[in-house]
Amino acid sequence: MLTNHAKLMQFFAVAKEVTGRKKLQKMIYILQKCHVPFEEKYQFHFYGPYSEELTLRMEELCNLGFVAEEKEDKSNYYQYNYKITGDGLAFLNQFALDMPDMEKQVELLQAKSSRFLELVSTMLYFDDLSKTEAAEKIHIVKPKQNYTADEINEAWTFIDSLQKNPSH
Amino acid sequence: MAYKDEQLNEEKVFKDPVHRYVHVKDRVIWDLIATPEFQRLRRIKQLGTTNLTFHGAEHSRFNHSLGVYEIVQRIIYNFQDRPHWNNEERLLCLCAALLHDLGHGPFSHSFEKVFKLDHEHFTQQIILGETFVNKILERVSPGFAQKVSDVIAKTYEDKLVVSLISSQIDADRMDYLQRDAYFTGVSYGHFDMERILRVMRPIDDQVVIKSSGMHAVEDYIMSRYQMYWQVYFHPVTRSAEVILSKILHRAKHLFENNYTFKLEPAHFISFFKEDVDLADYLKLDEAIVSYYFQAWQEEDDPVLQDLCERFMNRRLFKYIEFNPNQQMNEWMELYRLFQDAGIDPEYYLVVDSSSDLPYDFYRPGEEEERLPIHLLMPNNELKELSRHSEIVESISGKKRTDHKLYFPADILHRMSDENPVKKRIFELLYGQGERIKNVD
Repeated sequence: MLTNHAKLMQFFAVAKEVTGRKKLQKMIYILQKCHVPFEEKYQFHFYGPYSEELTLRMEELCNLGFVAEEKEDKSNYYQYNYKITGDGLAFLNQFALDMPDMEKQVELLQAKSSRFLELVSTMLYFDDLSKTEAAEKIHIVKPKQNYTADEINEAWTFIDSLQKNPSH
Repeated sequence: MAYKDEQLNEEKVFKDPVHRYVHVKDRVIWDLIATPEFQRLRRIKQLGTTNLTFHGAEHSRFNHSLGVYEIVQRIIYNFQDRPHWNNEERLLCLCAALLHDLGHGPFSHSFEKVFKLDHEHFTQQIILGETFVNKILERVSPGFAQKVSDVIAKTYEDKLVVSLISSQIDADRMDYLQRDAYFTGVSYGHFDMERILRVMRPIDDQVVIKSSGMHAVEDYIMSRYQMYWQVYFHPVTRSAEVILSKILHRAKHLFENNYTFKLEPAHFISFFKEDVDLADYLKLDEAIVSYYFQAWQEEDDPVLQDLCERFMNRRLFKYIEFNPNQQMNEWMELYRLFQDAGIDPEYYLVVDSSSDLPYDFYRPGEEEERLPIHLLMPNNELKELSRHSEIVESISGKKRTDHKLYFPADILHRMSDENPVKKRIFELLYGQGERIKNVD
């Protein structure tokens, strides 16, 4: 029952707190691409890979009281932060879930901005292309973001570091 | 004359119950419709198992794809000669509209979940692979198939083109809401599409709505809201989906455990192995799936046999409302009781969740993903719809979720009344102040 919900709660148990919906979307996508078995389906959207299923599942987790959503006023916009609750942990403890250890990868992802994770997830979305083709594609699909060559190189290095710390 | 510009000698029309007629004049479109890959869509129902609830819902992905094509054609007709619109993209838009659902398989929702498939991935493969569709698109111009694929995948550079087929007010949704309403016979999905088409304007990289058309858009948003909860998430349809998923899980489980099927499941083997190539995928349609389900009623495995019999004869599971947070302990006890009663809870005790987001907004600085619907005000300013419409504001960003617990009440009723397991199961199911819902 609710296995996919439990997988997300396991993620929150590791991540403690995630700041921002966009960051959450990109973190789960990048972990998926690192073979962590999240099953939310992604499509390409405004900010890169986006999962409607994840949005709705988060809403379900919040409605059930398993994850707490906090709306933070950042003066010119609102940011939504997420944490697992006591009820969520209790539910998770009753669940026999076989998930790989993703602690190191989550730590690496937490340290990055949502803009950077948007770039990384977009590059991973086009992982069937060569590095040059992927860079060209990023400029086509995200002209307004103006990603620099340095940022793109940093993203490749970051992807390598994620893959050097595979989930166990 | 270049193939891309070729016109049929005489315009062809498909009689259509929603748009009255679907008009085809381009040779390319006519040729695409005739391909085996597109004709296959006749054998994939648009609404999967919904016909078990609304008996009229027998329409196919073929009908819907033609409908989306027709709507895009009408939008482009209105856009001609307007600033911001590049008519060179016309054929690309029409092809993408026609082919946007090409990769859907039988009962997509359940198949994708059980066998870890993605219909969009197969849409790309059909368009870019060695297929009749690809040959036609590449005849238009080398690289044209890739462009069509990019539009459908939303990675094409011209976002205006993408938004005709994929946005919060696009041709896809406008067709399926009206078509599904028509074929289910419900009254909720209707809105004034002609009015919306007349007030759509291309501005930079998006389609906006003249503010005078706001009420028609409100009607469209409310139609969508109603259709999701009255039709798409209908609890009886969900009961059929639950059984369908469990049939697929059971058949896969049996295959993995070397069960000898009386009827070799040849069409399913690559699905069971989760190694499906395009040729296998295209061979499986709903007629084939129904054939297996019919045959599997004769299997020796009692679970597969029972589930198929339920699906084919509409002997569905009953349900109760269920809150996984407050009722986790009851669920665990029910799980054990079902095991004690010899009813495998993995197949016969299922929690199903549905959620929807009727309209979401994106405002500069906020971090939503969906592009909003913008109104074009008389002073040429753009305003996000929910800031101007009180009706849309009231449902914007509001998500609704619903959890139900499904189980076979008929099996439980057949147990002896003296059996304490039965008594306890009924206490747990009936003891919530709510009667078990019939799905008849």
